[in-house]
Amino acid sequence: MEASPYLPTAAVARFRKAKSTAVTVVLVICAGLVIAPLFLVIYFLLVQGWSSIDLNFFTQLPKPTGEMGGGMANAIVGTIELLAMAAVVGVPLGIFGGIYLAEYGSDRANDWLRFAADVLNGVPSIVWGMVVYLMLVVPFKTFSAYAGGVALGLMMVPLVMRTTEEVLILVPQSYREAALALGVARWKVIMVIVVRTALKGIATGVIVALARIAGETAPLLFTALGNNFWNHNLKEPIAALPLQIFAYAISPYDDWHRQAWAGALVLMGLILALNISVRVMSRDRNRTH
Amino acid sequence: MSQASTTSELLPEPGSRAPDIAFKWLASLAAMTIVVLIVLVGWQLYAGSRMSIAKFGAGFLWSQEWDPVQDKYGALPFIFGTLVSSLLALLIAVPLGVATALFLTELAPMKLRQPIIMAIEMLAAVPSVIFGLWGIFILIPWLRDHLFVWLKHTLGFLPLFQGPIYGVSMLAAGIIIAIMILPIITSISREILRSVPNLQREAAYALGATRWEVLKIAVLSYARRGLFGAAILGLGRALGETMAVTMVIGNRPQIAASLFAPGYTLASVIANEFAEATSDLYLNSLFELGLVLLAVTICVNILAQIMLKSMTGSGPIKVN
Repeated sequence: MEASPYLPTAAVARFRKAKSTAVTVVLVICAGLVIAPLFLVIYFLLVQGWSSIDLNFFTQLPKPTGEMGGGMANAIVGTIELLAMAAVVGVPLGIFGGIYLAEYGSDRANDWLRFAADVLNGVPSIVWGMVVYLMLVVPFKTFSAYAGGVALGLMMVPLVMRTTEEVLILVPQSYREAALALGVARWKVIMVIVVRTALKGIATGVIVALARIAGETAPLLFTALGNNFWNHNLKEPIAALPLQIFAYAISPYDDWHRQAWAGALVLMGLILALNISVRVMSRDRNRTH
Repeated sequence: MSQASTTSELLPEPGSRAPDIAFKWLASLAAMTIVVLIVLVGWQLYAGSRMSIAKFGAGFLWSQEWDPVQDKYGALPFIFGTLVSSLLALLIAVPLGVATALFLTELAPMKLRQPIIMAIEMLAAVPSVIFGLWGIFILIPWLRDHLFVWLKHTLGFLPLFQGPIYGVSMLAAGIIIAIMILPIITSISREILRSVPNLQREAAYALGATRWEVLKIAVLSYARRGLFGAAILGLGRALGETMAVTMVIGNRPQIAASLFAPGYTLASVIANEFAEATSDLYLNSLFELGLVLLAVTICVNILAQIMLKSMTGSGPIKVN
């Protein structure tokens, strides 16, 4: 291009065009490389995991070391219990926090709170495990399902808070004004008019947050701990799918590796189901509005 | 629905402000938990590591020794491992992520955009432990038998690519982390690129620029700061990645020049050794590693927020 800065020759023009085409090709390849891992992961989950999924997998407990067979029934139920406990902790805090941001907070306070929520969102999940270990495991002298649920629940708070705020802001101001003008108390306006209008969006945010934490392993390592048997008391350790997958994956037994793949396939299926239900819900929302 | 009865239910008894005030308090308290949680996390980790802070002082940060038998602990190999694996991941993920974001905003046919975006969102939903499982049984054998052999053959004159190949290694960790932070880097970069005004592009095209020249002159230079923010945000994620890294990095506390050598990160040593820490000092040292990890990730995240905020004006970019 140095040859003639003002009047490009045909050769220069051809070079520039070729360069542009080359970059286009590179960008296409990059995009391919980025989505390739998704298909590779799903492909191998299906290939390695599908054959190991049978009735036993869903109904039986893990077998002791060295014995073939067994299943992850307790881990599947444990994951669901942990998610339920996490929701009990994280959803009210998140939703009310979101209500504060959307309905009460001053601009300045909100800026700080959003900033804090984003910072909190970036706290590594393993750190949550350590903190909850000190808060709930050390004082009660036992690993417990409660501790696992709280660790996951605290991770949900900033997620639910931000999505709740976003959907509440979308509720038209005139709804609030109309209700307030009728003399309705502000808290009733918020709960009965604003939150109800945005309920689907809030539920979407909650499900997205649940999908995010469903696969978390690190916060459970020293809170829920894992358990090879049924959990009959939430004050005791509980099994969870991600924990079981981890334990089996790093074990030296082929049969356990096989089950780790099966567990991973089930966990992935659960997470995809949560994500797809969100898509279906938000499609309905778009249709009605 | 009978409108009249609903309305009369909603009407307040005159003069009762108490529920209103209580409700506002409830909402404020919930919002405050965010701040309380940040303080709580920091304070708990500090409280948990007091003993090792008192014993080792600042030397903890640059001591290389990690010897539970003699009760001597130093963080340097883990800090090294965390930084190197995260930087490797950035080196791979930032060019790929930005290129994909460029492809999605500037080039891809409309029909293709939504499916690719969906695939990237699904990639973000894959749990760390599943990447780890896939890493152990699929990625590592492939790296060991093909990519690493090839790298050693062609670039073996560099100290980075020398030494025995085990499979589990710093480089394998970097690659796995790269895959895991690609979705966030791509989606934030896409937001940034979309915020570049079309006028920029049109002006460049009007001057006769080719497509690549438009991207370079009008789009990338305009978005540079924001893209840097996206990369920093990716770094924040990379530093804290635990499970997948633990499963592929080899878990050996050493500082090696070769990327084929096993390493260890802050997060993975905590995951591995926390439950079996036998002495109080051991446990305290692990908490101090957690404190170091927290401090670094919070600083990095704050930096990223500041960069992204200045790029997009007041509108916050949604991060998750």
